[in-house]
Amino acid sequence: MASSCPEEKDNQPSPACSCQEAPAAGLKPDFPVLSGDTAVCCGGQPAEPCSPYEKPGLRLWGFVEDFMDTPAGPVPRVRTHLIRADRLGTVFARVGIGRDSYRIAPGLHSVGAPDSESPVMVTANYKLSFDALRCSLSGISAWILVVDTHRRLILPQLSATGVVARQVKTMCGFEVVWGPVHARHLKAFLDGGMKATPAMRKVTFSFRERVELIPVELNHMGKPTLYLLPALFLLSGLGQGFFSVSAAVSRGVSALLAYLLAVATGAVIAPALLPWLPGRAFALKGAGLGAAAGALLSALFAGQLARSEMLALTLFIMAVSSYLAMNFTGSTPFTSPTGVEKEMRKAIPAQAAGALTAVILWVSTGFMGG
Amino acid sequence: MDNFRYLPGVSTLEYEENLCVGCGSCEIVCPHGVFTMNAKKARLVDKDGCMECGACALNCPTAAIRVTPGVGCAAYIISGWIHGKENARRIWAARCRLWMDTGYTRPSCTSRAKCSKLRS
Ligand code: SF4
Ligand code: SF4
Repeated sequence: MASSCPEEKDNQPSPACSCQEAPAAGLKPDFPVLSGDTAVCCGGQPAEPCSPYEKPGLRLWGFVEDFMDTPAGPVPRVRTHLIRADRLGTVFARVGIGRDSYRIAPGLHSVGAPDSESPVMVTANYKLSFDALRCSLSGISAWILVVDTHRRLILPQLSATGVVARQVKTMCGFEVVWGPVHARHLKAFLDGGMKATPAMRKVTFSFRERVELIPVELNHMGKPTLYLLPALFLLSGLGQGFFSVSAAVSRGVSALLAYLLAVATGAVIAPALLPWLPGRAFALKGAGLGAAAGALLSALFAGQLARSEMLALTLFIMAVSSYLAMNFTGSTPFTSPTGVEKEMRKAIPAQAAGALTAVILWVSTGFMGG
Repeated sequence: MDNFRYLPGVSTLEYEENLCVGCGSCEIVCPHGVFTMNAKKARLVDKDGCMECGACALNCPTAAIRVTPGVGCAAYIISGWIHGKENARRIWAARCRLWMDTGYTRPSCTSRAKCSKLRS
């Protein structure tokens, strides 16, 4: 944690912060600045009193005022002004001496008297960035989270639709590495030196992945089904005597069967067999399956249904199955919104026309046959 | 994914090769291999494979790529027709945590299945 920062001792009285990089005059050549390496506290400097915060093998950075006790352990409270050691370090870093090692330990620091509600500022572990931040915080109570800018964040590739890698870098210093699409490839990705093969970069939509989505599709259908079932029986019972309960039951059952077939084709079979069904538009795939299911139903009820009824039920299955298959677009990882909208503008009127024709045929047969 | 092809010639993806600085981001973030790097330039090799997720355009440092991003989801599009696009976005965002996390700008999910699981 932060309390194990490489530390440097500096007992110089602190002038007011100017935050400027003016070279400080009269520097002692033995001034301990650049190194984050450990040096024995107080060793060889018996004249200076020890800070109570020092630990064997560590030196206290001059910018640390004291430590705050927090539930997460002691957190160094830092000055909001530069002391001489800071300025000297800045000069050295600017001229390139030890620039790359001019780092402070990552972890939590504080300014003022922050509490659990205080803001957390994030900065890089490069000391110049850290100095620039703390000098702007005088009179403010906040946490400063110093992060190691050499660290990398591995993000799932698909989060790239909402994450701008270069903004993450400028905002908090972390380099974003795009991991593979699937977590199961992470090990191979890391073993390969954080390189993903082209296959790891692509989404998949296997039979298994598609079948797993079927319950989701069925789940969406509870409410529409609740409205549809009474309507089916109602329409089936309409006839010459205005309404016949026996017709509602006998014809209603075949209508119900047609509906179940439509759900099976549109929401179960279409997703499962997706890549093998003819047509690119999902509505077309669903309609094709629906036509097959309608033919099957007609064959099964050959003796009991009039031709117009077979046609009505087939159209009904096609319309519903087509609509459900079209709704599956949103569950796939490859449909574009422009494409889906294009498909819908053609498919929805066709589905509506099909369903309406089915109702007219179904009801009119009821009147003629009744 | 090669046996999954959606409607051809619809994607709003546009690419201006002379703006490309060859950073390679687009090739990495695209889940459909739409771009490949070739001699320090991205090449648009499979425009019809594009699902308009927007990842490439968002992460291109020079705006060489433009696309109108969104989810290819019929249920969401219908919701947009009924409630208006902005309202639909708000309604759906409230149901989907992934979406909320990205600040209502666009669903970060690539499929409705994910939002459905988060719903309720
Ligand atoms: S929008 Fe998405 S799918 Fe299309 S090219 Fe860009 S990253 Fe690939
Ligand atoms: S993200 Fe933009 S700049 Fe980078 S390779 Fe792709 S097109 Fe070129």
